[in-house]
Amino acid sequence: MPTDAAVDIPAHIDALYRSDSRRIRATLIRLLGDFDLAEEAVQEAFVAAMAQWPRDGVPDNPRAWLVSAGRFRAIDRIRQRARFDASLAELAWRLAEDEQEVAEPASGIEDDRLRLIFTCCHPALAPEAQVALTLREVCGLTTEAIASAFLTATPTLAQRIVRAKGKIRDARIPYEVPEGPALAERLDSVLRVVYLIFNEGYLSSSGESLTAPDLSDEAIRLGRLLVELLPEPEAQGLLALMLLTESRRAARSTAEGELVLLDAQDRRLWNRALIDEGIARVETALRSRRVGPYALQAAIAAVHAEAPTAADTDWPQIVGLYDVLMRVEPSPVVALNRAVAVAMRDGPAAGLALIDALLAEGELADYRLAHAARGELMQRLGQRDGARAAFARALALTPPGPEQRHLAARLDGLA
Amino acid sequence: MKYLCLVYADESTLHSLPDSPEDAECQAYAEQVAGSGRMLAAEALEPVATATTVRMRGGKVSITDGPFAETKEQLAGFYLVEAHDLNEAIQVAAQIPAARVGSVEVRPVRQLQV
Repeated sequence: MPTDAAVDIPAHIDALYRSDSRRIRATLIRLLGDFDLAEEAVQEAFVAAMAQWPRDGVPDNPRAWLVSAGRFRAIDRIRQRARFDASLAELAWRLAEDEQEVAEPASGIEDDRLRLIFTCCHPALAPEAQVALTLREVCGLTTEAIASAFLTATPTLAQRIVRAKGKIRDARIPYEVPEGPALAERLDSVLRVVYLIFNEGYLSSSGESLTAPDLSDEAIRLGRLLVELLPEPEAQGLLALMLLTESRRAARSTAEGELVLLDAQDRRLWNRALIDEGIARVETALRSRRVGPYALQAAIAAVHAEAPTAADTDWPQIVGLYDVLMRVEPSPVVALNRAVAVAMRDGPAAGLALIDALLAEGELADYRLAHAARGELMQRLGQRDGARAAFARALALTPPGPEQRHLAARLDGLA
Repeated sequence: MKYLCLVYADESTLHSLPDSPEDAECQAYAEQVAGSGRMLAAEALEPVATATTVRMRGGKVSITDGPFAETKEQLAGFYLVEAHDLNEAIQVAAQIPAARVGSVEVRPVRQLQV
């Protein structure tokens, strides 16, 4: 320590807590096989550090010290409980036997965070539990914060987390990063959770509740962590997609909270740093030649980001990217977006024909954006009655919020 | 850890869909699982038309025709396997030939507290 150690060490421990306690907890979850025991062990390890380090100095490898201190305290705790419950005695004995694994905890610490993500996002858990557990255990958000972000009652959310932890324990969901063909499948599940968290933050920030913690930031942080630990093209693609979407945040609503569509946004408000990083990451993902849906959506966002004005948008390229996306992961929503891009490239009549055909297939009949897009194109073609009917249908399908107000304004404009 | 993999399928189509497995394929897979050392037991079941439900109420046995619950898919067979964790059990379950036309419910076996 450069200056008075007795003053500096508590501050050092405090900083270490903020930067490393999640990693340490992830490793302790693996070593102890129990979320709650690991949580207590982390707290106790830091308490022990506060007591010992000012006296004995900071150990050479503070993280390894904390992991092993936490582990010993957990074993003590289990031994104490074992006096009342014989089945725990064996557990304490088994944990104490695992010396070898603990000998090199520092090397596995990053892998433990990745294992934790895969465990929390295991498809055997309910989707809403995957999201809650990831935010709680990987991001370290409080149960209260997660509940308020998802407009759920805290006890409901807490119960969801308890139930998920119970299933992890009882059905023995392993603490591991899957290998081989299972990895791609399970990575999909992880990426879906991260993207869901991102969208919840991105969409809710324009919604009525602005008090939610910044879920988009958490999702981007998770995306960065994934790319760092597992640089798969789709992990890069998702991170790029989130960065490019996030870059438009300041431009996508007015000071009054009204929605501003992409073509009307003031592009000077777009965040260049996020765009540059997003584009660089899309390029990395595309170079891999294993291009997936996230990288393609990010590539589309990048084309928008590169256009100085809406009129300069390279629509032929966007249609081309949607064509590839339709081959990789066809869905009615992708087909709708492609139809809108075709309208921009070839004129509204061409796009309208595609949208009408999609609506005739039925799957998009209750999808508000299909009707809004139809209204938009009909208005451009001067079909006022049709446009009014389409916007009215979209309005009826849209929940209260900025999007609903935007549609109501469009409808008023056609009156 | 033991897992019971319950194979459910719509009996009316179980053997007649393009993806329906032949008995020989089911037998071959059972042998493969046995060869991997994970198998504890596996059997296919006769249709639910042959099922009898038994209850003991107030010291009296009640016997009724048919399965315990009328469902869209019926229990058609099971595997009882030994697996290290859920991922391993899922791997075994996913390859059960009938999973192509039905569903496999994977349930950990509970240790009785005695």
